Amino acid sequence: MAKKPVISARNVWKIFGANPKKYLSQISADYSFDQIKEDGYIAGVKDVSIDVHKGEMLVIMGLSGSGKSTLVRCLSRLHDITGGTISVDNQDIMSLTEKELIELRRSKMGMVFQSFGLLPHRTVLENVAFPLEMRGQDKYTRRERALEVIRLVGLEGREEYFPRELSGGQQQRVGIARSLAIEPDIWFLDEPFSALDPLIRREMQVEFLRLQGLLGKTIVFITHDFDEALRLADRIAIMKDGMIEQCSTPDQIVLNPATEYVRKFTEEVEKARVVNVEAIMEPTGKPRSSKNALYGNKKLRDVAKILASDTREFIPVKDTDDKLIGQINRKKALDIVFGE
Amino acid sequence: MKKHDQNERDLKAIDTNTGIASIFLLVALAFLLSRGILPAWLIRIPEALVPPLAVWLDLIFNFIKDDLHLIDLTRAISGGLEVLLDITANLLYGRNRWPKLGPIPWAAVCASFVVLAYYLGGLRLALLALVTFVWTALIGQWKIAMQTMSVLTLAAPFAVLIGLGLGITAWKFRTFDKSIRPILSVLQTLPFFTYLLPAVIFFKVGPTAGAVATIMFAVPPMILMTTLGLRKVSTEIVEAGHMSGCTRWQMLRRVYIPAARTEILVGVNQVIMLCLAMVVLTAFIGMPGLGAKLLAMMGSFKIGRSFEIGITIVLFAIMLDRMSKAWVMKQPVHFDRGTQWWHRHKYFLLSLLAFVFFLLLSQLIPILAEVTRKQSFSQGKEIDKIIKGFLAIDSIKNTTEWLRWFLNVKVLIPFRNSLLWIPTPAFILIIMGLGWYLAGKKEALIAGLFFTIVAITGWWDRSVITLYTVISAVVLATFIGIPLGILAARSTKWSSRILLACDTAQTFPSFIYLIPAIMLFGVNDVAVVFSILIFAAVPLTRYTIEGLRGVPPEMVEAADMSGATRFQKLLTVQLPLALPTMGVGFNQAINFAFFMVIIAAFIGTQDLGQELQRTLAGTELGKNFVLGMNVSLMALSFDFIITKWTETRKQALGLG
Ligand SMILES: Nc1ncnc2c1ncn2[C@@H]1O[C@H](COP(=O)(O)OP(=O)(O)OP(=O)(O)O)[C@@H](O)[C@H]1O
Ligand SMILES: [Mg+2]
Repeated sequence: MAKKPVISARNVWKIFGANPKKYLSQISADYSFDQIKEDGYIAGVKDVSIDVHKGEMLVIMGLSGSGKSTLVRCLSRLHDITGGTISVDNQDIMSLTEKELIELRRSKMGMVFQSFGLLPHRTVLENVAFPLEMRGQDKYTRRERALEVIRLVGLEGREEYFPRELSGGQQQRVGIARSLAIEPDIWFLDEPFSALDPLIRREMQVEFLRLQGLLGKTIVFITHDFDEALRLADRIAIMKDGMIEQCSTPDQIVLNPATEYVRKFTEEVEKARVVNVEAIMEPTGKPRSSKNALYGNKKLRDVAKILASDTREFIPVKDTDDKLIGQINRKKALDIVFGE
Repeated sequence: MKKHDQNERDLKAIDTNTGIASIFLLVALAFLLSRGILPAWLIRIPEALVPPLAVWLDLIFNFIKDDLHLIDLTRAISGGLEVLLDITANLLYGRNRWPKLGPIPWAAVCASFVVLAYYLGGLRLALLALVTFVWTALIGQWKIAMQTMSVLTLAAPFAVLIGLGLGITAWKFRTFDKSIRPILSVLQTLPFFTYLLPAVIFFKVGPTAGAVATIMFAVPPMILMTTLGLRKVSTEIVEAGHMSGCTRWQMLRRVYIPAARTEILVGVNQVIMLCLAMVVLTAFIGMPGLGAKLLAMMGSFKIGRSFEIGITIVLFAIMLDRMSKAWVMKQPVHFDRGTQWWHRHKYFLLSLLAFVFFLLLSQLIPILAEVTRKQSFSQGKEIDKIIKGFLAIDSIKNTTEWLRWFLNVKVLIPFRNSLLWIPTPAFILIIMGLGWYLAGKKEALIAGLFFTIVAITGWWDRSVITLYTVISAVVLATFIGIPLGILAARSTKWSSRILLACDTAQTFPSFIYLIPAIMLFGVNDVAVVFSILIFAAVPLTRYTIEGLRGVPPEMVEAADMSGATRFQKLLTVQLPLALPTMGVGFNQAINFAFFMVIIAAFIGTQDLGQELQRTLAGTELGKNFVLGMNVSLMALSFDFIITKWTETRKQALGLG
């Protein structure tokens, strides 16, 4: 990737406890999570380095309490980090003044919160319009914009409701609408769809993919749902005990898990749904016929039928322009399809 | 593992505590046994050693007042306040001041309040407001009630604003918070007389001083509730505000304060109730109104009229409490899009309309504007007759007389005399020993220090008399409150009924409790103890119920399964587990008693209260402060010890 990262985190630490800065200066980087815990501190984020590029959707996964939300809060500077550096658009966000930070958030950042974070005393409309109001937009424009996104998340007719009058899923959609309203360049989404029913969840996913493709948004997305991750992610980062165990493309994660933990984590995933033909492609020794070649960007599962019926040992692979680019070993491919 | 060690250490600490406590008590015992041969200076602090604290304080006050020109500042403030007070006074009861519009006809005030009450709490609340206002008007007390209200309507908003401002500051700045907390807890135990005199001296006598004292008195809980509410705002809401790019001011104004609405409004409720309690008491510095009238009527033993005024005060108290509580509970409801503005503001318009309608109507029907003395339905004399007749019934008379005799001769006077007999050092040692046994080193030392200060001020005997009144009233109150609580706790229905009654009784201004006492016993020591007793029984009952109802059901079930009888269950399971909560009630009862004992001084006692009341007549600010401080120091000693005790008990029982 030649593009410059939008967010760049280097050796970021976030430790909770009485005097974290001092504590961090005393320990070495290879202190384990449990050792830190014994000293009465909690390592929310532990020595994390990661880049997020423009237009990329990075999905963060991991067990409950692994530090996903904490990491995202560090990236948005809702938490002051204990150690390391984070820069957004080449600006060290820890060195921003309060004014600059407010400006950055007003103009570039948006966030959907895990438990919604709606203002209880404001109606749906007023909640959604809140960031616009803070930016100083006039009443009429922000109302129009708010109504537009409320319609987008399917809450028309509830504009005047108060959060406590809505179901969990509806509240979550208000949270989504609020962050949609300002169309931020950088989006932090903390389990944004967790309370939605499957239908709306699907709709929302499509909507976010559309926005991302259309407007080149940079998105950091937390989810517990592997299907969702696979559908959305350019890269997946898997966290454990505050550390990123592996950060890679989805097929790399399932094909080459970096640690035992990641392997366990991805065990249940149907690999053929994740892995592209390209991913297991090898270069052709000599030119072959491109007869019945497979498209390289297809998922293995989608070509499973062909794999089963084609009897050649090697099957040629072509790109979208029908140019021959390589071949795959049929047996190896079938092994993946049948989950060996 | 760590927790276990901790427990073990705690247990050891308790052992040593008991040991040290018994040493203290033994030394005290030695003092008592050898009282006959003790030199006089060990029995009481010699006069010569008592520092002229009051004089020094007066010097300091005068320095602040005159040399630092604080008086100019306060007089300037009081000038501003006076203008505002004149406005409310004119509007509410027609005092002859600018803007010379009032008085507003009672029916108009009543009508708009009834609509407001309906909006806040539905039909029942509207009915309550109606009854309150109609009663007040028809009984011929509208004017005096409005004299009270004219101060309240000004003092309460001021107290809320000041409390909000200080609360926000305390929440923002830890150091400020830390430094005002002890001041607040002292302020909350200071007897109200200590508020009154400075107010009189620094602000002009009359409504202004009354308003200032009232504001000062009501501010502390508002501060506490504000900080509490702001701290409780959920982090995600705050973070949502940050991510929306709020500036600090926007955060406070648009996020924190609205999200802390409930706690802030609870604070408002407390402010209103404290203001009412205090406004009534400002009668002592000559503020006209319900309190002054009640004082006068009780003074001349007009029980019937006192009774009627008492009802008015109680009605106002309940109404204000219920309405402000309804406001806490009232959540905004949404209107559909496109609702007309008049529909959105329906109740506001209705109340305005009702106001105007009755304003006009009262021009035609004068009784709606003012109920004159002759028209009023006051039955003071008749009630007097009935009550006196009732009390004169032989059996009743014999009972009260016997009770009075018994309490006085057999209980109160011997107890008082024996307390006074104890040499000062022994007294302090006993307090310290008990403190060490119940709480621990820190509390015992503080209590010792506080009581030593009390001794040094030279008001020891009066302080002991105050203490005797408090202790005897609270002990007698436990005989009523705890059994009542135990009985009520047996059924859910009765629990909630009695709790409601306690809630309501706690909203009454303390003054009210004097009425039945005087009615039954006349003006004497027994009446004082009796009024404190009722006042103090309320929190005791309340916390006994709450403690017993709060016992985890599985523990009661365990007792049931072991075949315990009801009494065994109560004794071995429920009471021990409820004890910490009951301790809270006990603590409150003592605090209430200290508060009440000062008010009861009005009936004529020989304690600090009476001296305090005397200082009001003159300008002995120094003495007033010394006396107030003594009451506060004693109350705080008990507060520290009992609070610590309940905390350790709770932890030991794993309830904390
Ligand atoms: N403000 C805080 N103070 C102390 N500890 C915290 C704080 N916030 C988070 N932690 C701790 O940091 C760890 C990581 O928490 P985090 O909320 O990031 O988990 P998560 O991965 O988002 O989990 P989930 O999937 O349940 O949302 C947890 O052990 C948590 O207890
Ligand atoms: Mg989380």
